[in-house]
Amino acid sequence: MASAPLPLAKPRSFQGLILTLQNYWAAQGCLILQPYDVEVGAGTLHPATVLRALGPKPWRAAYVQPSRRPGDGRYGENPNRLQHYYQFQVILKPNPADMQALYLGSLAAIGLDPSVHDIRFVEDDWENPTVGAWGLGWEVWCDGMEVSQYTYFQQVGGLDVEVVAGELTYGLERLAMYVFDVDNVYDLPFNEPGSPAYKSYGDVFLENERENSEANFNGFDVEMLKRQFEDMEREVPRLLALHGPQGQPLVLPAYDRVLKASHLFNLMDARGAIAVAERQSYIGRIRDLCKQCAAAWVEIERAAA
Amino acid sequence: MPELLLELFSEEIPARMQGGAARDLERLAREHLAKAGLTPESLVTYAGPRRLTLVAALAAATPDRSEEIKGPRANAPEQALEGFLRKTGLAKADLIERDGVFFAVQTTPGRTTPDIVAEMVPAIMAAFPWPKSMRSGTSTFRWVRPLKRILCLFDGQVVPFEAGGIASGDLTEGHRFMGADHAPFAVTDFAGYQQALRDQYVLLDQAERKRLILDGARTVCAAEGLELVEDEGLLDEVSGLSEWPTPILGRMDPAFLDLPAEVIRTSMRTHQKYFAVRDPNTGGLAPRFVVVANIEPADGGAVIAAGNAKVLSARLNDARFFWDQDRAPGSFDKWLDKLKGVTFHAKLGTLAERVARIEALAREIAPLVGADPELAGIAARYCKADLASGMVGEFPELQGVMGGYYMREPFPLEGGRAGLGVTPVQDGAGPAPASATGVTPNPNPSPLKGEGLQQIADAIRDHYKPVGPSDSVPTAPVTVAVALADKLDTLVGFFAIDEKPTGSKDPYALRRAALGVIRLILAGSLRVPTRALLFGPMVKALTNPLSKAGDLAAEYASKARDTLNLPKVALAEVKLPIAKKELQDQLDVLIARVPDDVSGLLAFFADRLKVLLRDEGKRHDLVDAVFALGDDDLVRITRRVEALSAFLATEDGASLLAGYKRAANILKAEEKKFPAEAEAWSANPEAGTAQEERALAAALRTEEGAVDAALAAEDFTRAMTHLAHLRSPVDAFFDKVLVNDPDPAVRLNRLRLLTQVRDTANRVADFSLISG
Repeated sequence: MASAPLPLAKPRSFQGLILTLQNYWAAQGCLILQPYDVEVGAGTLHPATVLRALGPKPWRAAYVQPSRRPGDGRYGENPNRLQHYYQFQVILKPNPADMQALYLGSLAAIGLDPSVHDIRFVEDDWENPTVGAWGLGWEVWCDGMEVSQYTYFQQVGGLDVEVVAGELTYGLERLAMYVFDVDNVYDLPFNEPGSPAYKSYGDVFLENERENSEANFNGFDVEMLKRQFEDMEREVPRLLALHGPQGQPLVLPAYDRVLKASHLFNLMDARGAIAVAERQSYIGRIRDLCKQCAAAWVEIERAAA
Repeated sequence: MPELLLELFSEEIPARMQGGAARDLERLAREHLAKAGLTPESLVTYAGPRRLTLVAALAAATPDRSEEIKGPRANAPEQALEGFLRKTGLAKADLIERDGVFFAVQTTPGRTTPDIVAEMVPAIMAAFPWPKSMRSGTSTFRWVRPLKRILCLFDGQVVPFEAGGIASGDLTEGHRFMGADHAPFAVTDFAGYQQALRDQYVLLDQAERKRLILDGARTVCAAEGLELVEDEGLLDEVSGLSEWPTPILGRMDPAFLDLPAEVIRTSMRTHQKYFAVRDPNTGGLAPRFVVVANIEPADGGAVIAAGNAKVLSARLNDARFFWDQDRAPGSFDKWLDKLKGVTFHAKLGTLAERVARIEALAREIAPLVGADPELAGIAARYCKADLASGMVGEFPELQGVMGGYYMREPFPLEGGRAGLGVTPVQDGAGPAPASATGVTPNPNPSPLKGEGLQQIADAIRDHYKPVGPSDSVPTAPVTVAVALADKLDTLVGFFAIDEKPTGSKDPYALRRAALGVIRLILAGSLRVPTRALLFGPMVKALTNPLSKAGDLAAEYASKARDTLNLPKVALAEVKLPIAKKELQDQLDVLIARVPDDVSGLLAFFADRLKVLLRDEGKRHDLVDAVFALGDDDLVRITRRVEALSAFLATEDGASLLAGYKRAANILKAEEKKFPAEAEAWSANPEAGTAQEERALAAALRTEEGAVDAALAAEDFTRAMTHLAHLRSPVDAFFDKVLVNDPDPAVRLNRLRLLTQVRDTANRVADFSLISG
């Protein structure tokens, strides 16, 4: 049940926390991937999770993913809320029998001792309607704070999964604030305190929060966002109808356009440009695009299996 | 008796599903065992965060069962016997002959209990009714979360089987974090199992966990001179979240105590599952909370208390953000505008449309309940506004409560109060600080100074009440007007689109709404002409689909209303001079439905009232007897039922009911024999010939008028008293007088007397519907 002690020093900085998690999951046989280079609202949307959760092939990966939630921006004035933050994402497919123990091992690795901290698995069934995905699982609480989302995927892209994947999402800033006992996200040590060029999280990201909050709420040209959304929407089926050198549909480029459409929707939403009545329709449109990609991807995966 | 012990060990089971799972496991096990012929001497189930457990005392095996099968008669043709032997697989010598008939005795050997269990458990697991279940890894087996282990022992021995890809065994495990060794361990019986779990920091029994939490939470509060705010639902939930519950008192930043107490409590309960703490000296919340941890922390709980306090601060910061944002100028106007985009129900329009209907209805109801129609109208207009507020978006259960707070805010609702006849104040109006939007707040912009505004705010706060059977019933007139309008709009709307509750399905909680209407009316002794009140809204709701008819439908509605008391046929004759015949035809069809739909809704109220009165111990036949009079005044109906109930409990009442039944039966029999005569019986009787006959006639002359007078004064007890005066004359009459006298004139007079007895009683209630 308890994992063997890991030869890792307890991290002392935000980047140290990330490195510790990467090392821990690398030791569990995960590919350590890098962030996806398209704006996404959550680490799940990285094709390494959404698409790889489909089809029969085993897959283990971990990566950091910058996540953008335009509506959550607070101009750098709220100690907890950011429009740009980091998630650490782990996907294990099929989910191993000892996945909970592996997860608790990762908490121990970053210094959360379960003999003094109250760690709990509280029901929370994850759902992402824009990608037609849901699963059962928990929010993991440490002393009342949600430190991770833990999900067993049941459906992705509107399709029942063939093999169930377990997904872990760590909210890195929140987790770091807890581990380092910091009340304001901008005070987090980004690198080791005492480093020659020491930087806090605020040194790196405060200006970004200020500028992007204004752009998200008041700056972006709504007409342009809408036009781009429609462009992306048209592009997805067109790309899926084209063929690659092996005759395959162009799923990965098409999926990138779905991600762009999803982000454009979030931007329009933050600008207050989505009427309540339109909301469901927009979400439905994105889900349809995602379903098309998911179905095409499964075909490719099965053909290659 | 040997013992069966079963444990299904899994990853964390959602707290809200544990109670149901324990009950389902018990029910399914009992069903399976009964089918197999085993009757448990005892059978108990337990549920906790990671395990479902069953322990039962069972016989070691089922007895052999023999069954006699009836065959052909001994003298039947040979083929019949051959057929029977083939069917039973026996020889002729095996059969028993009794009374000229062959019988076969077939014996089914008993089965061992482990055999039965090995079959039962996988079957139960495969069909277990989890509200939500999942697959794990590459398996196709579904369970609530991944299943880890199955322990199954009978009489100390493993019952071998496989279910969900897992072989049964004798291992279990203790607490996830506490205890020296987290390795699984073997057990042999329930007593040892429960003790070993306790040694490994797992309390099996939820009732014990709850007791421990409640005692512990009270204790940590009392240590600081404070009191726990008890919450049964939360207690249930947290006892399903910990195997070794440890209540810990945490400190909350007292600066947050200026938020409404409801907000703090709701944030604590829904987000963090904390109990709130009260200061007995002030009666208000104390800056503390109780968190129930799942471990006995090595440091005494300092880290856990501090961590939880930090999370709570972040949560309350969010709540404060909504609180501040919601109180910004113009919020109410913004929210009302948003309601235009929120669908209430596809066929019943947006929330804004619903609000307009509620407002119209509230203004109409107001005078009936002693409320100022203007105040009721304003309250109704703003009653759903908070649904669009940030706080209610975050905490839906605070609907109404927040609207009540926001309406009471002294100045920031400048724009929002435009509808209250407030004109924006120009510069230099007062010392209040300029707000972020540049609107200069008015220190007191409302013309509804003090009392009126408080009535409106109270109405907004309380108009959802009563929510459940234990919820309090508002009596403030403005609140009652809005609360009734809100519920009646819901009821009329869903009845008009044929979304009535059926069986156990009541997705729009219409039964609760109807019960709410009844309780509001009864609590306030409100004399409401329910039928008339439902009529206009029903017309509007039915004609709503023809929205293009617009004003036309509205005109129809008012016309239809004028014809309230007309029967259905006459109503259909209400025509308007309109050009489009087709539209008019459609409207006619809908209008013709109105009386039936209103009656249907009234019958629905009658059913709810019956349930309510039955819960208060009133007989439902009495409710039927009173409803049959066609009254729609719920207060009057209830008073009548109460008086009737008291009357029938007296000897006079019971005896009069018997006399009534006898009279009614005679009349019914005679009417059947001589249908042509019956009409003549309703005329007034003469004095009569026999002494008892004259006495009854005299009593009727006196009491009939007295009963009518009492009924007109709605003094039902007095009416019943007068009815009771008929008891001795009626008894004496039946004792001494023969109704069917040979002299037709004498007989006719006596039948007239009986008719008058029946009809007088029926004015109080339809006695024919009373049983007994």
